[in-house]
Amino acid sequence: MTDYAADTGFYAEEMTINVGPQHPSTHGVLRFVVKTDGEMINEAIPDVGYLHRSIEKIGEKVTYHGYVPYTDRADYLAAMFANQAFCMAAEKLGNTEVSRRGEFCRVIACELNRLASHLISVGTFGQDIGAMTPFVHALRERESINNLMEEICGARLTYNYIRIGGVGYDIVPSTMTKIAEFLDHFEPIVEEFNRLLSGNKIFIERLANVAVVSKEDALSYNLVGPNLRGSGIKWDIRRDIPYSVYPELDFEVPVGTAEVGSLGDSFDRFWVRIREMQESVKILRQAMTMIPKGPAISKVPRKFRPPVGEYYARVEAPRGDMGFYVVSDGSEYPYRVRIRTGSYTAMSIIDKLSKGIMVADLIALIGSLDVDAPEIDR
Amino acid sequence: MQALLDQMIQEGAFAGVPKEVVYTIAMVLTAVVVLSAFVAPLAGVTSWLERRVWARMQSRVGPNRVGPQGILQWLADGIKNIMKEDIIPTAADQKLFPLAPYVVFMGFLCAFVVIPFGESLIVADLNIGILYLLSVTSLVVVGILMAGWASNNKWSLLGGMRSAAQIVSYEIPAGLSVLTVVFLAGTLSMQGIIKAQGWRPWDWFMFHNPFTFCAFFLFFTAALAEGNRTPFDIPEAESELVAGYVTEYSGMRFLFFFFAEWGNLYVIGAVVTTLFMGGWQVPPVTDNPVLLGILQFLTFFLKAYFWVFVAMWIRATLPRVRVDQLMGLCWKYMVPLSFICLLGTIGFMFMDTNSRRIFGAITLGFAIATIINFFRRVGFQFRSAKPEAYWKPHI
Repeated sequence: MTDYAADTGFYAEEMTINVGPQHPSTHGVLRFVVKTDGEMINEAIPDVGYLHRSIEKIGEKVTYHGYVPYTDRADYLAAMFANQAFCMAAEKLGNTEVSRRGEFCRVIACELNRLASHLISVGTFGQDIGAMTPFVHALRERESINNLMEEICGARLTYNYIRIGGVGYDIVPSTMTKIAEFLDHFEPIVEEFNRLLSGNKIFIERLANVAVVSKEDALSYNLVGPNLRGSGIKWDIRRDIPYSVYPELDFEVPVGTAEVGSLGDSFDRFWVRIREMQESVKILRQAMTMIPKGPAISKVPRKFRPPVGEYYARVEAPRGDMGFYVVSDGSEYPYRVRIRTGSYTAMSIIDKLSKGIMVADLIALIGSLDVDAPEIDR
Repeated sequence: MQALLDQMIQEGAFAGVPKEVVYTIAMVLTAVVVLSAFVAPLAGVTSWLERRVWARMQSRVGPNRVGPQGILQWLADGIKNIMKEDIIPTAADQKLFPLAPYVVFMGFLCAFVVIPFGESLIVADLNIGILYLLSVTSLVVVGILMAGWASNNKWSLLGGMRSAAQIVSYEIPAGLSVLTVVFLAGTLSMQGIIKAQGWRPWDWFMFHNPFTFCAFFLFFTAALAEGNRTPFDIPEAESELVAGYVTEYSGMRFLFFFFAEWGNLYVIGAVVTTLFMGGWQVPPVTDNPVLLGILQFLTFFLKAYFWVFVAMWIRATLPRVRVDQLMGLCWKYMVPLSFICLLGTIGFMFMDTNSRRIFGAITLGFAIATIINFFRRVGFQFRSAKPEAYWKPHI
């Protein structure tokens, strides 16, 4: 800065820009205080907390059963995973068995939800880069998933489907047929989406070698989920800390392969999501053939009083490792609930990555990390 | 018209005013009335069409409520925006801020003066027609920069800055591509350029030689960039700069910017048609001057509107480039390429007629092969598209 002014005689100063809380590309109410030199960013400090709803504190005031609908709101794009993580923690505390059909219903519902969440992610990412059509196409497919979800549990966004001991409602055979039909329809759609967006020269040029996260950085900043796998680290809770019936299912864990640029760039993170959608389709197909007969939910007392103890349950949510830490003091209410989400840690790396990139790249970076305001603030 | 004016002067309606002043004022007034009556619906219908075309490409419906198929949507939007409050921020420049939309609007409206809709349907066939057009459309950048600076908003400033850099840079490849045509036609007049071509496709400058074929694409790309269209819409990139230079505008002033943008779309199409596609040239089918005029107008209008449609198509398909990539594309590729096109065309002008014809035929064949390949790829997309193509245009 100063050198430039001394050399040329032009007085140059940093410009402070507020990106957000009301900005089209921050995916909710997020705020970045950005210091720029023209188009180049010197510093981008995330400012979180605009969407804080005290979900953790509410947990201390409602019963275990009553808290499940609140977990929906932790990340409304992937409500099923928060449901599952909390229920897993509660089940572990109360030594409750989960019915086997219930476990499969959970897997089916979760993977459908993962598809919906990733569709939003890649769609809005395209929109951040300026491509409007892929966004609408992605939302069209998500709408079909929402319809399926409505058939499964009666809600389109905040499901409250997974309950302690199983799931709220069984998935009936006619819904199974509809899910199978949707999967047949969806697989070619991913190909079509790739032809329209992922293979586009401008799109690749915009993302290749932009905001590269090295393996070391990804680990030291505690990135999780697709962001971590985009940097080439094969870590998936479903595979490495198995839960539910995932060990019985056969699926790949896609990692970034430096498809177009260097390992860990924005395109790798995007591409991991696309391939995860294909893996989810595979998991869904298997789960639908393997699903056994039986009750969808095991017997759980209405007054659920787990013994004194604490447990931390983790699931692989679309935005990475989602964990619920629940402490029980033996009463009807949890003593403490703490939620760990992937977007919150992803926010911390933005300042490091944004040095020396352009304003347009910052938008691409936020989109590629798939940060989601409700999940950051809870 | 002139007779009417003369009669009014005789009767002493404009006592004490010199005759020339009366003529000038009358001409300007007529031009304004005619142009507004033509340009306003044109830009309006283009905005409606863009939204419809865009919606269908995105499996949506688009505006279909106001009038048949929503064709009057632009009127409803206009009325809504006129009735809105015209907000001028306190911190904004109180003089430049309200003025900026009119500068943009004037820059685009002035272009219509030289657009030849038919052999006799032109406001003024200036002998420097295309030069005039390039210069008045550059006025738009002054307005955008004014808007960006006067808004006293950092997003607006960034948008205005980007726009200035972009439009000034893309003037060069656009100007050089125009120059290839001007060399061939030997005139700057719009009518002269059209008269140097014929109604058959192989008489068009587009298929004159490989270099003009290349210059056509260069010009169309540069024109899209000058018109702030996707993939070059970085000055108003809504996902980056909120709304770029229009962030602080509201109501009718906001609409004027978009009015100019949609109108500009037609200007791009019209200039491409004039320079490369034979303009209003029609086969000699009738001697009736009225019928011929209508035929010429329709030919020109449809040719120009085809390129408007292509611009909409591109907007629905492509993502946006980054600002440094945009500059790189212009200075590293398009400027050298347009120089090559210019020099190549000069080389062709030394050739004798027969060998020129051969090269023209080769270019035409290449163009047809390109078009066939393009439609094969579109057909492949249609066949492999999972959602069924829904051909019915009405909903």
